[in-house]
Amino acid sequence: MNNPKIKRREEIISCFHDGQTIVIGGQAGANLPYRLIECIVDSGAKDLTICSIDSGELDRGIGRLIHAGAVAKMITTHIGTNPETAALLAEGKIEIEFNPMGSYIERLRCGGTGLGGVLTKTGLGTEVESRREIIRCNGEDYLLEPALRGDIAITRARRADPLGNLAYRGTGTASHPIAAMAADLSIVECDHFCDLGEISPDEVRVPGMFIDMILI
Amino acid sequence: MDNRHFIARRAAQYFKNGDVVNLGIGIPSLCGDYAPEGVLFQTENGLIGVGPTAEGMMKTERFYNAGGVPFIPVPGASVLDVALSFGVIRSGRMAATVLGGLQVSETGDLANWAVPKRAFGMGGAMDLCTGARTVIVAMELTAKNGTPKIVDCCTLPLTGKNCVDHIVTECCVIDITPQGLLLKEIRAGYSPEDIQSRIEPYLHIDPDLKTMTE
Repeated sequence: MNNPKIKRREEIISCFHDGQTIVIGGQAGANLPYRLIECIVDSGAKDLTICSIDSGELDRGIGRLIHAGAVAKMITTHIGTNPETAALLAEGKIEIEFNPMGSYIERLRCGGTGLGGVLTKTGLGTEVESRREIIRCNGEDYLLEPALRGDIAITRARRADPLGNLAYRGTGTASHPIAAMAADLSIVECDHFCDLGEISPDEVRVPGMFIDMILI
Repeated sequence: MDNRHFIARRAAQYFKNGDVVNLGIGIPSLCGDYAPEGVLFQTENGLIGVGPTAEGMMKTERFYNAGGVPFIPVPGASVLDVALSFGVIRSGRMAATVLGGLQVSETGDLANWAVPKRAFGMGGAMDLCTGARTVIVAMELTAKNGTPKIVDCCTLPLTGKNCVDHIVTECCVIDITPQGLLLKEIRAGYSPEDIQSRIEPYLHIDPDLKTMTE
């Protein structure tokens, strides 16, 4: 364990604090960073803003954080799979900002790659328009979707090497490579920890320079 | 065949060999069973070439669709991250999308992501109805209590404006045209007056009105 990026669970738990914005990779009830989500639960951090595509299922996945009462606000795309989130929203106990999924992921991509935002036609003529600036470009109207970035990103990869180079498989890719780049502190859990050189350069989807901590 | 499968089978007739298509949840997700050969299905969490539902030992966490159902990818499938997945959708490369609907207006506005006091979120639907070349709404003609779902003007929050091309229901197919709603097909046992009485806007009738295949 001489590798500076490999961290013990206790070290990772100590990173989470009240009021943080946390970006979580994954979608649709599969291949989420379940072990890192448990780290957040065990940290006891509250009043979190969670950025993720959905809010998981009842007490499962991101739903674990909802169930624990750790979430004050979600920046998300839908909550249809978790009745507990819908109930909290109805009671006014959680704030939800709904984003179109394509715009949500582009906001994160901007946040992770030094861009201020993107222009998209998605959401024109809908209530999304009321929260966004309209920009005219090349003779057409677009909504300006501002960059989004977290204090911490937690994601999951199929494979990681000691430098933090990451590789994925199938729909396990999902939002993970984008989310992993969109925070000040990027923590990844991996299914397989590889020796240096085991992941070929062509297979690397996220270069290790984006990754700060690895839970193996 | 129940109404949900009847609607899905008709909606799938819009697909052609070579099309890449995205299906929403609910009735639209059933269209895969009736698609012509050579159609590739996209799941927006990042794969083109969704195949049959995976069961037993074929289930793997690496191949799940956006509805949380495990599947087997077809030969020639390709993986994308979510950003590129929506790049495909927004850039007009998606031949068609089939979505569910709560309300569709005379001018093709679609509402399908929130009801009063309960918002479940738009997910990928706003991008799909903005970017797909053909937008098909597959839904029952009215709500369960008989309230019209095809309306003069949507009262629910919009998913997209002027985006719907075709509405497929259990008793008719209606196209959205610049002149208004056009009844293209009707199911045996229904009259155009029956349909008109269950929707709000004026319904034009195609001179070449066809009967839906049972």
